[in-house]
Amino acid sequence: MSLRNPLRRIWRFFVGTAPRRFASVSMLLAIVSAIAPTEDFFSQWRHYQKDYLRLISTRPDAARLRRRFESGIHQIWIPEQRVVDRCTTCHVALQEASLNDVRREPFRPHPAMPHSLTEFGCVVCHHGQGAATTVQEAHYSTKAWEQPILPARYLESSCGQCHMDALEGTPQLNLGRRLLARYGCAHCHAITQPDGTLVAPVDEPPSLEHIAEKTGREWIFAWTKNPQAYAASATMPNYRFSDQEAADIASFLIAQSTASDNSAEDLPKSVASLSGNDTAQEGASLYGTLFCASCHAIQNTAGNLVGGEMAPELTRVGNKVNPDWLRRWLRAPQGYDPKTRMPRYRFDEKQIALLSSFLLSKKDDDLLANVHLPPSDAESIARGKKLVSDYGCVACHRINSISPPESFAPDLSRIGSKPLFQVGFLRGMPETLPDYIAGKIHDPRAFGPALKMPNFSLTDGQIEALTTALLAQTDRAVTMPPELVRSSPHPKYHPGGDAGRLMEDLRCQSCHTINGNGGEMAPDLTFEGSAVNRAWLLDFMKNPNTLRPALIRRMPKFNLSDAEIKGLSDYMLSAYQASGFDSQALDLSTLNSDAATRGKQLFYRKYACQSCHIVDFKKDKGYVGPALAGVGDRLTPVWMYRWLKNPNALLPGTPMPNFSLNDDEARDLTAFLTTLKEHKKGGLK
Amino acid sequence: MRRFYVACLTFLLILPMGCTKRSHVVSSLSSKVYGAQMVLVSGDKQVAGVGSKLADPVVVRVNGADGSALAGALVSFHGEGLVLIPTEALSDSSGQVSVSVQLGGIPGSYELIAETPKSGGGITVTGVREIALGYQEKVGKEVSYKYCTTCHDPESTPERVSNLDNLAPPLPHQFTDGNTLNEMSDADLIKIIADGGPALGKSPQTPAYRSTLTLAQIKAVVAYIRAIADPPYQPPDAKN
Repeated sequence: MSLRNPLRRIWRFFVGTAPRRFASVSMLLAIVSAIAPTEDFFSQWRHYQKDYLRLISTRPDAARLRRRFESGIHQIWIPEQRVVDRCTTCHVALQEASLNDVRREPFRPHPAMPHSLTEFGCVVCHHGQGAATTVQEAHYSTKAWEQPILPARYLESSCGQCHMDALEGTPQLNLGRRLLARYGCAHCHAITQPDGTLVAPVDEPPSLEHIAEKTGREWIFAWTKNPQAYAASATMPNYRFSDQEAADIASFLIAQSTASDNSAEDLPKSVASLSGNDTAQEGASLYGTLFCASCHAIQNTAGNLVGGEMAPELTRVGNKVNPDWLRRWLRAPQGYDPKTRMPRYRFDEKQIALLSSFLLSKKDDDLLANVHLPPSDAESIARGKKLVSDYGCVACHRINSISPPESFAPDLSRIGSKPLFQVGFLRGMPETLPDYIAGKIHDPRAFGPALKMPNFSLTDGQIEALTTALLAQTDRAVTMPPELVRSSPHPKYHPGGDAGRLMEDLRCQSCHTINGNGGEMAPDLTFEGSAVNRAWLLDFMKNPNTLRPALIRRMPKFNLSDAEIKGLSDYMLSAYQASGFDSQALDLSTLNSDAATRGKQLFYRKYACQSCHIVDFKKDKGYVGPALAGVGDRLTPVWMYRWLKNPNALLPGTPMPNFSLNDDEARDLTAFLTTLKEHKKGGLK
Repeated sequence: MRRFYVACLTFLLILPMGCTKRSHVVSSLSSKVYGAQMVLVSGDKQVAGVGSKLADPVVVRVNGADGSALAGALVSFHGEGLVLIPTEALSDSSGQVSVSVQLGGIPGSYELIAETPKSGGGITVTGVREIALGYQEKVGKEVSYKYCTTCHDPESTPERVSNLDNLAPPLPHQFTDGNTLNEMSDADLIKIIADGGPALGKSPQTPAYRSTLTLAQIKAVVAYIRAIADPPYQPPDAKN
């Protein structure tokens, strides 16, 4: 009772009558409006700014830093990019280079970067909520805002929102984008990049329309069960099919197979019909001299892959292919698969016999030893067909009687902004988008047993790179002002005419780039016609040798006829010309012996060119650039002169530096180089 | 009236439930095996992008007093800015413990510290340095792989055959050679890259890259050289 009386008295004092009530409420309002600003006074950012002032007071340049400091809320506002960033309110020292030894956040200066702070603000690269002024709201997911700060390991993805080209500073993004194209992601998923182009797959999964000619049910079964057991380097993913499923798929694939154009051709001779005993050795050395290893790899006894990765690994090819198919394939690969990157080599009968016998000896007897399949029947074939359609095999392979599915897998064009409420996380995983994407690539089926996405054998580093590339596919990237998007699409180029057909047949662009199209293994041929002399080119086509001492991969020797060589060379000499390569560019009469003597001095003394280039194989050892012995035969004087003046203008990205030579030096060096002629050995031509 | 007190009491009881329980880091592992020394087996001086997981784990081995590998010794790891999995473990049958390392988000050197209790009290400590590259250092790495390492790195890779042995003395320094390169100022390094060896009275085997690289690229190469220097580079103002 003693407590209740005073309470009742207080109550009556404040709200007893209407005027008292009014007075109390007014008082309350006055007090609230008086203390409201103190919330601001005790705010987080003010605390950080005070801390910052304490920090700089001990620095040698304290006065200057204090002058540059402005208290209050800072804001970077870029309306066209929808950027309202107040990050600099707490991160006050982002532009104070003199604080670069400070490691305490939020006072670290920003590390060197290609853009200025005011150009793009902060959230374009780092994500987060730019307008927030507390750490929690700015950095982490909240119910109203799902964009937490992007972890540093994926930061390169932000560059990919505008930059489609491979940048020097974004190795991880570049790798991720290469993997997206290489591992066939884009066969199933549509991925529209910010410049409006679709990610185009660069792998070419083989056509299965005539597979019964190539291999048998047992091999298809083993391969379908586990591609990596056949070839460690296989990019075909593991679908974790059961034995029954794999057997059904094998039955169906054999059943749907039709005859290829090749099957009508007569069979090249087999090695049994050749005379001589050393065929195994001969076949192996032929494999070597034809430079098959430039594209195909074979595991050596130590278990290391030796060879290129452009074409399938051949370690156990003897278990896979039908001998008749192999011989027909070697003669005319395009008759079996018109889209293959394998050139038509014009092998003679003996070469085909030797090569096929060597390749058929590449086998592992354990691979198919335990594969015993029941005979194929109509039910099994029907089940196989259903599996092949359900799992979208035709998204990659051409298969008779099933047409390619449309939008088979989810579109990933905006995966980097996928709302978290749409994401089903696994129990125990960190609930962030990067963790979800990485987890999904690592083990897709963990997210649901009914999911079809297979398991790719990728390393942690590859998964991190792929995640980075996918995180670049944001909503922001789509709505970026188009003038900010940097891309250099290569228009498709195919050589025309008879020579063009020959170049298609030889698959020149599998290795050589021409006008921005083609492979990277061999030199760019865009300006080859301006660069080389006709006599040298004719000779090289007949008998290609390498110009680079340290290079193992070389141009293979195609058995071209004289007429083919002449036609092809003349086409290249006329079609692959750089502009401004007329006789006006250099007065050839100035390339005299005095100039050559001066040029030799420049070559060996002033510029030490022999560090990278070999002129005299007895004396020089440089491995970096092509050997220059015989360069006088190979290159035209005008090309040499122009190349020396500015190599990057003729071949963007060449490692040859621009030495800023003056006209006289470039001329003298050209004069010296033109004197370097090879003494022809008899019988070479 | 009683209802009032009960309400107050209930409120007071419920109140602490809103508080977060502070988790105490208690070592879940214990061991009675004590090593005499600890050696680094592999995984030091790895270079990766900021925030990335290192390609290889860091592996240390605990040895007994007779120098043989010791199984079952407790090793704990910590390092400022690093994410380490696990933070402690018992050594395996070959005396080894391996830890996966994720670098912090700030470019620069990180130190991973491995500790194990010593027999007879005290602890043995091994420090391991790892290197995180920021944007500028990554650019430097790309540029130097393209233009520099062929001659400056004695190691050959499948993609690149080292040219170092083909050169005439004086031979180029490796970019990790901190003993030499830490003594050169940024300005001198920029000068030798831009204007070639002769600019500093050195061999013309280093070409001038002034017309090939931009100043930003050259500075990036210097930043990369500074990042991977061994022993680590100390900026001049930090030395004083």
